Amino acid sequence: MSTTVQGLTSAPIAGGSAPAVPRFRALRLPHSPKVIAGLVILLLFALLAVIGPVIAPYSPTHTDLRWVQIVPAHGLFGSPQILPLSPSRGHLLGTTIYANDVLSQLLVSARATMLVGFLAGAAATLLSIVVGVTAGYIGGFTDDGLSLASNVFLAIPGLPLLIVLASYVPGADSSPVLIALIVAVTGWAYGARTLRAQTLSLRNREFVEAARVSGESSFRIIVYEVLPNLVPIAASSFLFTTLYALGAYVALAYLGLAGSNIWNWGLMLMQAQAESAPASGWWWWWAPPGFCIALLGCGLALLNFGMDEFINPRLRDAGLSRKDARRAGIRRRPKLGFTPVIRKPAP
Amino acid sequence: MRVLLRRLGFYLLAAWVALTVNFFLPRLVPGNPVATAIGHLTFVNAQVVDAIKAQFGVGINDSIWIQYVHYWGDLIHGNLGVSWGNSFEPVTSLIGAALPWTLGLLGVATVVSFLLGTFIGIGLGWMRSPWLDWLIPGATFFQAIPYFFLGTVLLMAFATGLHWFPISQGYQTTGVESVTPGLNWAYLVSLIDHGVLPASTIVLTSIAGWMLGMRNMMVITMDEDFVLVARAKGLPARKVVWYAARNAILPSVANFSLAISLVVAGQLLVEIVFSYPGIGYLLFHAVTNQDYPMVQGIFLVITLVVLLANFLADIVYVSLDPRVRQEA
Repeated sequence: MSTTVQGLTSAPIAGGSAPAVPRFRALRLPHSPKVIAGLVILLLFALLAVIGPVIAPYSPTHTDLRWVQIVPAHGLFGSPQILPLSPSRGHLLGTTIYANDVLSQLLVSARATMLVGFLAGAAATLLSIVVGVTAGYIGGFTDDGLSLASNVFLAIPGLPLLIVLASYVPGADSSPVLIALIVAVTGWAYGARTLRAQTLSLRNREFVEAARVSGESSFRIIVYEVLPNLVPIAASSFLFTTLYALGAYVALAYLGLAGSNIWNWGLMLMQAQAESAPASGWWWWWAPPGFCIALLGCGLALLNFGMDEFINPRLRDAGLSRKDARRAGIRRRPKLGFTPVIRKPAP
Repeated sequence: MRVLLRRLGFYLLAAWVALTVNFFLPRLVPGNPVATAIGHLTFVNAQVVDAIKAQFGVGINDSIWIQYVHYWGDLIHGNLGVSWGNSFEPVTSLIGAALPWTLGLLGVATVVSFLLGTFIGIGLGWMRSPWLDWLIPGATFFQAIPYFFLGTVLLMAFATGLHWFPISQGYQTTGVESVTPGLNWAYLVSLIDHGVLPASTIVLTSIAGWMLGMRNMMVITMDEDFVLVARAKGLPARKVVWYAARNAILPSVANFSLAISLVVAGQLLVEIVFSYPGIGYLLFHAVTNQDYPMVQGIFLVITLVVLLANFLADIVYVSLDPRVRQEA
């Protein structure tokens, strides 16, 4: 009898001395080509945001009369026509009709665009964690009130609200940080809703109950027991919100609400559109900023796929290559039964 | 029925919040930008000046609560003030003229995108081949492109370049091919001709969301016991997919509210690119001219339209899912 008891009590101790599970295993992303491509794109743009303004050959507002082609007036009443220069050795991406260097504008713009996107994403995620976790963990009237607030924000269309806010808040057109905060105010609700749902399901798990019974404070339980389990969902919500913020900032700039002092890709597109660059065939002016935004957005979305596949392993097998499937001994297109979930060995 | 009443109550609350923000924002912002803008205007007569000042609470001695009551009185009478940018025409009539264009384009584009995206999503969830799955990142590339940039690219390729479609506006208004609005063949053809490119832009950018959501939900539903039973009974694959798809579509309908607000935002920008005579084009001019009554009126109308669309989606959801009806 006593040996059994001893055996029982000694089991956890033996388990505890077993090789420790890597501490941050929860953060390991699946090594799919999507995630790698996404990370490479993001790192590339992060680098661009840091060194872009430094390596830009000219100031984005520097003008030079030799940088435009002036076609003399025809006849008595004609006026001289100004044309931008197409890409050449001196101007790798050509010039604008205002005689600015497009490449310089593109490089300088990277910083503000990235700053607003990621700052707004971070601020909105922080807000959604605070609201979502509080609502989910505390419950009751607090939950009702906070859930109602996030649902109201979710139902009101974001961009029109953003436009109204940006056109009234003073100084919004000269401060990227202020713009980022305004974007965050309109973009936190979705994340709050998903995080609340997850907190709700974590709240009654045994390890949280155990912490509560052992007398830990709510704050400590939230920070040390609940939050670590929310990391993948919070990260996914961060990527999603950053993608939204990027689009919102560019749209505001395109509408002329983000000022003309801070260079960003939306402002470049706005100027190009205002001078009807697309219709005139000056592709080197409007295509590069649009392509940069699309590529950055694509990087964020690819990384988000990786996140989704991580949160829900059942989505993962589709990306399984034929070789991996054969090695794991499964049929790739099962006709009957469950989706195989495969954990690949860590590299 | 009780579920729907509760949802209706929620949307009324959301509308109240939006309208109240609309009222307080110009009054609470430091250094009232509206007052400055009014100073720059040249007025036709003193009556208009008084009306505008009353609308934004500039130089008014009434308490803010009395102003709030007046604001609601104006709203109920459909009075949204006059537009500064359009020779002081009433905002309501300008929006009323633009709204059918926006609603038509939005409706067609959303329905096409939802149906197409859902069907492709079902296919992807069913077949699950790694090759087909690369279709999703491909579609996401379109989703990540700013709406107005994709619009510009399509405009360049198919209108300016290939001359397949017209460059701007909602129907042919000038030249020998101009048509008169009404129920005639030429007008309808012109309408469709002008709508194809803007609608394609919206469909291309919004389809990835439906596709991905449906595909993920299909993958999860295919593992449910009832699908297993359906297969074990030897039902044809077509029927099994139908069982799974019917259940997998629910979250897509439930997420409609999030999607519609993104689509509306995109549509506003697309209209600007194609000079489409809808709300977005109005909004662009209102923002450029600092036409505050117009900006506020448009915000109000778009919010109400989106809330109404959400409510319609809820009706669909409640009629699709009996569990929701049971809860009430």
